[in-house]
Amino acid sequence: MSLQVFAQSLIFGIFVGGLYGLAAVGLSLVFGVMKMLNVAHGELLMLGGYVTFWFFSLYHIDPFLSLLPSAFVLFLIGMGLYKGLFSPLAKLHEEVKIKNSLLIGFGLSLVFHNLAIRLWTADERSVTVFYSGWGFSLFGLRFPIIRLAGLVLATIVILALQQFLTKTYFGKAIRATTENWESAALMGINIEKTSMISFALGATLAAMAGTIVSVGYAIHPAMGLEWTLKALIVVVLAGLGNIGGAFVAGVLLGAVESVSTLFVGPYMEVVGLVIFLLVLELRPQGLFGKRIGEGG
Amino acid sequence: MLEIDRINVSYGDLQALWDISFKAEEKEIVALIGPNGAGKTTTLKTITGLLRSFAGEIRFEGQAMEKVPIHKRVEMGISLVPEGRGLFPGMSVLENLELGAFTAKGRSCKEETLEQVYELFPILKNRKKQAAGTLSGGEQQMLAIGRGLMSKPKLLLFDEPSWGLSPLLSKVIYEVINQINHSGVTILLIEQNVRIALELANRAYVVENGRIVKQGDSRNMLNDQHIREAYLGTESV
Repeated sequence: MSLQVFAQSLIFGIFVGGLYGLAAVGLSLVFGVMKMLNVAHGELLMLGGYVTFWFFSLYHIDPFLSLLPSAFVLFLIGMGLYKGLFSPLAKLHEEVKIKNSLLIGFGLSLVFHNLAIRLWTADERSVTVFYSGWGFSLFGLRFPIIRLAGLVLATIVILALQQFLTKTYFGKAIRATTENWESAALMGINIEKTSMISFALGATLAAMAGTIVSVGYAIHPAMGLEWTLKALIVVVLAGLGNIGGAFVAGVLLGAVESVSTLFVGPYMEVVGLVIFLLVLELRPQGLFGKRIGEGG
Repeated sequence: MLEIDRINVSYGDLQALWDISFKAEEKEIVALIGPNGAGKTTTLKTITGLLRSFAGEIRFEGQAMEKVPIHKRVEMGISLVPEGRGLFPGMSVLENLELGAFTAKGRSCKEETLEQVYELFPILKNRKKQAAGTLSGGEQQMLAIGRGLMSKPKLLLFDEPSWGLSPLLSKVIYEVINQINHSGVTILLIEQNVRIALELANRAYVVENGRIVKQGDSRNMLNDQHIREAYLGTESV
């Protein structure tokens, strides 16, 4: 195998890895605040992709322009889902809560999966714009413009999210709730509202990833589980609640998967899962996770 | 200022508080003493709204608190320095303090209160960029108290403020509590060190098995035979 083939796989892996990171950040945010695992996260990503697809095929709106409107639609859907389904769980005991959230998540993913088949058929769809084929070559390596733009966009969104979480009062409230919700409530933070916004933000981030997938790759009704899994692997790799780490871990997973196709072909999915198990076994706090006790 | 009227609280089937009644007048220091598991922490958590009573009433400045959610109670002026400090360990000292001023009231005079807290605990200013989890036990307690003050409370609840501290540091903390009280804040205190608690407080209530079994002036309590034998470890003279 030539070095060039290796480098090209690596680059494509990094492109898709940025999206893994973006998907993971949303999942991590929701889990951190609510201590609920939303296994329908991948379906929200899929919905985001289809909303963008609709904006494009019905109204001819460029996917990079409809990124924000699609994200907003998913923000509203996220708020609705939280209010209607997840909020009643919030008061339950931790263990019962996580089990119930899993049931609701699996139910939702089935519903969305079938809804998508009904609305858009089981075919693969993709948004093809006039600049879809554009790209450039550097040192004999190919850089498709859309995938590159996707990576840049994912980076910008994650940096913006990090600023929001560290610089604004509401962002700090989200982090405080993640660390210790009882104390957060004692500060005067409205936990219910914080959870709702966090859930909606998680859906928004999924929608943004979905939009980029719909234009740089392809979307189909069954893609949800696959993306939930990727996001979950990345979250475990990075350590819970680590936003910057999730992005890096996403890129890492994308790169490793992509390069491993050269060696193990279609079994590249397994590589990600093996890494997942190894990290759980050897470094359960995640690759970049810190262990900070309360001391004393 | 604070009236607790026969509240009953349970964890599932297990009842923890039975008809607990007591009150704290403005600018008083009131202590709740009693053995571990007697229901003292449960009482404080019920006052803040973290737990709900199934019977009885809590009134703060004359207003019934039954339907007031936790975050609104902070806004009204109730603040808790929780057991084990309950800091946000991964966030900086300054962020912890800022979160203390999360309410509209706290935010409106944040800078001013921050200066007061730094004056009370200068070490926090030096450490403001450091993650709260990396502080020593004493510094963490100072941060927890400082954070509790940031919401400009009228009533400050302390759950074991000397927990895990050396006698010397405990003394420092108690001087600060006294100082806070002198600035006009009503204090309700749980403390394992019964002698310190009784020396500091105006009045005290003894909680045993989820019930108030004794109450009175703390000076009289210091001489009470039951208290001396059960909590102070000295025979009455």
